[in-house]
Amino acid sequence: MERPLTQHLHQDGTARFLREYVETGGYRSLQRITTGMAPKDVQRLVSESGLRGRGGGGFPTGTKWSFVPMGPDASKPKYIVANGDEMEPGTFKDRILMEGDPHGLVEGMIMAGYALDAEVGYIFLRGEYHLSAQRLTRAIAEAYDAGYLGQPLPGTTFQFNLHLHSSAGRYICGEETALINALEGKRAVPRAKPPFPQTVGLWGQPTIVQNVETLYNLPHIMNHGAEWYHRLSRTQDGGTKMYGISGRVTNPGWWELPLGTTARELLERHAGGMADGARFRGLLPGGISTAFMIEEHLDLPLDFSSFPSDVGRLGTGTMIILDDQTCPVGFVLNLEKFFARESCGWCTPCREGLPWVAKLLMAFEEGRATNDDLSLLEMHTKWLAPGHTFCGLAPGAMAPLQSALKYFREDFERHITIGGCPWSKKSAQQRVLA
Amino acid sequence: MLSEIERRELEDTVKHYPDKRGAAIDALLTVQRRRGWISDESLLDIAQFLEMTAEDLDSIATFYNLVFRKPVGRHVAFVCDSISCWMKGCERVQEQMKNLYDVDLGQTSADGRLTVLPIACLGHCERAPAMMVDQEVYGDVAPEKVKSIMDKYE
Repeated sequence: MERPLTQHLHQDGTARFLREYVETGGYRSLQRITTGMAPKDVQRLVSESGLRGRGGGGFPTGTKWSFVPMGPDASKPKYIVANGDEMEPGTFKDRILMEGDPHGLVEGMIMAGYALDAEVGYIFLRGEYHLSAQRLTRAIAEAYDAGYLGQPLPGTTFQFNLHLHSSAGRYICGEETALINALEGKRAVPRAKPPFPQTVGLWGQPTIVQNVETLYNLPHIMNHGAEWYHRLSRTQDGGTKMYGISGRVTNPGWWELPLGTTARELLERHAGGMADGARFRGLLPGGISTAFMIEEHLDLPLDFSSFPSDVGRLGTGTMIILDDQTCPVGFVLNLEKFFARESCGWCTPCREGLPWVAKLLMAFEEGRATNDDLSLLEMHTKWLAPGHTFCGLAPGAMAPLQSALKYFREDFERHITIGGCPWSKKSAQQRVLA
Repeated sequence: MLSEIERRELEDTVKHYPDKRGAAIDALLTVQRRRGWISDESLLDIAQFLEMTAEDLDSIATFYNLVFRKPVGRHVAFVCDSISCWMKGCERVQEQMKNLYDVDLGQTSADGRLTVLPIACLGHCERAPAMMVDQEVYGDVAPEKVKSIMDKYE
């Protein structure tokens, strides 16, 4: 089984820098540029590869690129931005790549820059990733010294400049238009779309914002072609995926596997099954903005295009397991507190609705909830559904809540009937005293 | 006033952006690294350098978890409280901090050594519970390990 993104990563977590990266085929994809492959041919190859955005949306990369104005009349400069603001709880895949192979991101960005005739790139990195920042800083400096950055590539007029932007910790910056505002030195609230960043983005110029893992795929597609890339996957989406598992399993971790691997394989074969004494109840397949999957969904292939929409979506592919020792209501309360805290406050439904949801869930945990509160939670999943808010944060927050109300309804009801949390030792004592 | 070194660092950073204010976060973090936090005076200095109003810069400074508009201790411990760490007992880590150093979340110890803050998912979920002290991340933080980790930060 091929693992193009991670096969060379050091087991001990140390980084591969320039010499080692080049020795194992790094920067070879730039030969495509120096031997005259046209930007439009790179774009076509990426479209044919079936690459989809790995940040959670799963949008076809080739299609996204097709909206960028090309040719001599296109507005310049154009920008490539790597979205390394990996703050989706449960998600740690981009960190593994950036810490282990920082040059892979540099190479991927040069390739994206060439394909779109963009001359400047920014890596937008979350502020907490200090180790990634150190290693990317060194990799960028090495790439400048080696002539991959900052000067025309041999035999071409194309040159690319790349800067690292460390952010300061705010979930909304992962939303691409909020990220653009952040990079411009504005408060990071999302922008109205249209216009889309592909035409009017950073400083009003054409801009592509691409997840880190997506960019890591580009050099390999260039080196081996679209057909090879399709063969890596078990489904019609091309390539491998950085999957991960956290929660009460035997071996939490990450694995690069063919797209379309099932949750059961990940859980049982790779994570070694549930930890002793814990029983599986459900999982969020890719960060906390995705809907719960339960036992009956474990054999679904995890990819972007075949994922049944009535179940949910893959998201980031790094899953969080809910076990029977954990209260599902408390679990969802933790998620909603996160969303309420990280809401940027720009639009009213999100700013006011999410704290309300968190308060309602708190009432369940503290034994104050009634059946009316259950209906109120249901109503919020509609009030904060897609189309009612400025960006995807609040609709994302409703995905786990709505599915929890569907699959774990009796647990919510039990909180009402016994007047507290069945998992809480404190409320059990109170019940005995009462 | 910005020191000579701070000014030089900021001048290097603004080169990366077509508009100076693009360096707002870098500038706030650069100054904070040397001064510990962003006072009103620092804010004014940076705003002037970036050719922004102080109000405009403050709307950015107050937006981010890692920019401190109040003084903090010599070290800051960030305890992740997102879902994977919550399931694996981050609340016990917070309690241990309270027991050992008498600090609640958002507080600074009386000796000025330590501030404890909650933080959104640190991206180390496979080693939950996680915490970050200054710039160093620790995984699998059982409450009984807290003291030996914190002993490194005087």
